[in-house]
Amino acid sequence: MKILVGMKRVVDYNVRIRVLSDGSGVDTDGVKMSVNPFDEIALEEALRIREAGKAEEVIVVSAGGDACQQQLRTGLAMGADRAIQIQTSEGLQPLSTARAFLKIIEREDPGLVILGKQAIDDDNSQTGQMLAALWDRPQATFASELILNGNSARVTREVDAGLETIEIDLPAVVTVDLRLNEPRFVKLPDIMKAKRKPLDVFSMEDLGVAIEGNIEIGHHTPPPQREKGIMVEDAAQLVEELKNRGLI
Amino acid sequence: MSRILIIAEHDGQSLNNSTAKCVTCAQAIGGDIDIAVFGSGIEAISAEAASLESVVRVIAVDAEHLSAPIAANWANEALAIADGYSHLLGPSTTLGKDLMPRIAALAGVNQISDIMAVNAPTSFKRPIYAGNAIIDVEAPAGTKVVATVRIASWSAATATGGASVDVRSASSNAVSHTRYVGLESGGGERPDLQSAKLVVSGGRGVGSEENFKVIYNLADKLGAGVGASRAAVDAGYVPNDMQVGQTGKIISPDLYMAFGISGAIQHVTGIKDAGTIVAVNKDSESPIFEISDIGLVGDLFKVIPELEQLLG
Repeated sequence: MKILVGMKRVVDYNVRIRVLSDGSGVDTDGVKMSVNPFDEIALEEALRIREAGKAEEVIVVSAGGDACQQQLRTGLAMGADRAIQIQTSEGLQPLSTARAFLKIIEREDPGLVILGKQAIDDDNSQTGQMLAALWDRPQATFASELILNGNSARVTREVDAGLETIEIDLPAVVTVDLRLNEPRFVKLPDIMKAKRKPLDVFSMEDLGVAIEGNIEIGHHTPPPQREKGIMVEDAAQLVEELKNRGLI
Repeated sequence: MSRILIIAEHDGQSLNNSTAKCVTCAQAIGGDIDIAVFGSGIEAISAEAASLESVVRVIAVDAEHLSAPIAANWANEALAIADGYSHLLGPSTTLGKDLMPRIAALAGVNQISDIMAVNAPTSFKRPIYAGNAIIDVEAPAGTKVVATVRIASWSAATATGGASVDVRSASSNAVSHTRYVGLESGGGERPDLQSAKLVVSGGRGVGSEENFKVIYNLADKLGAGVGASRAAVDAGYVPNDMQVGQTGKIISPDLYMAFGISGAIQHVTGIKDAGTIVAVNKDSESPIFEISDIGLVGDLFKVIPELEQLLG
């Protein structure tokens, strides 16, 4: 079985986001870029499945400009066998990304596609679900446990009400949540090795996917700031404040 | 004029409050508002939906295989009745996030995630970068708007309406590729984090799973929901469904009490819309004090017992 893993290049999660003063976007100039943290968890899971002998090959896929090859190399250094870049200079929205991924699926015929539950830049949380819909296959979103069992998988999902378990037939799309695993660190020799692993590039034209139906992204504004409040000295003052405000 | 269809969220017993919040968002868009209820034995839930103010019609699709919210099944039913609607809305809860993109893809459109304000019927504000930037988005002209509604941004519509209920049978059979096994509820007797008016939350400063008892005790005394920072989850003190923040739940209780939470950006993002934020932390330099309404520099293991005593 092959496993496809999505990897998105995003602003590192430790970076404080600053909206540009003209409202045209957020400042990404010279800002540290990383693999979307949920995608690292997705890749870790795929690697563990391969290491358990339940998959033969793990392929990392990213859609973006050539800069995203850096994130694909990180994925290869973590242990993926090869990488595919869907090359586009335009920022892809989830529907176009899902359509392009579907073309890769048609070429590779994977048994499992694992993606992060959302990217921490646009926070859309759509691509996996859309891909499952277009592929007409099951989706198991927000996974915190994934157990493969022959041609099916049992997935525990983190839902608002607690933990939901579903069983899905393969092939399927799984999107992962934080608790699924802790991704491994990349070791230096693996970074060297990753440089020699194959990385194929397909343009959107190669794949025959037109970018259409984009939502227009307009003005960016910083969120309203909360004002700094008061400080109290002890528990008694705290209770008094809360009572005065009618909160308890 | 807009015709809006809201996909209801429920647990098989009653309507989730997120649906009433979607109604308020739909009112801001303006137009006719219908609600679709998918499930099995959903008479009472449909009546609840029909009672929400300004709802015109409830479409109740009753079938055994719709009792569990399997996205593939629910999406098929939504698509079957989607004709004629300009907007399809669902809550930005785990249910809506799972379901609505599947519907959007089948309808051939991108989805607008997390509507926090309505500029015009096809133009909205939504947060990106965990709420660290707000953007205006506009759906392409002439296409269906499929969207999720950020429930922390909207109040619930009142139960003062009287819509008709149109009961139907399912238009599709159950998909065979996905089977529901079960739900293990996380919170037990405590109020659901997402809808609780009071939330007591603990962070790394709580120190251990064992110590988290003090947080639970105070919460129970106040009738509050219990949350945690990502640091507390990563350290294994509590399960992830209690996580508040960018990668967990975004909540808006009337009162949020943070104990031993430093206030990382990722956490603060989840509580920005809270009414009043109380912070108790040993470190007076903690960034949580920059955004708290009432701050107290102190040891939570000393402050919490004192609070309990004062609260009687």
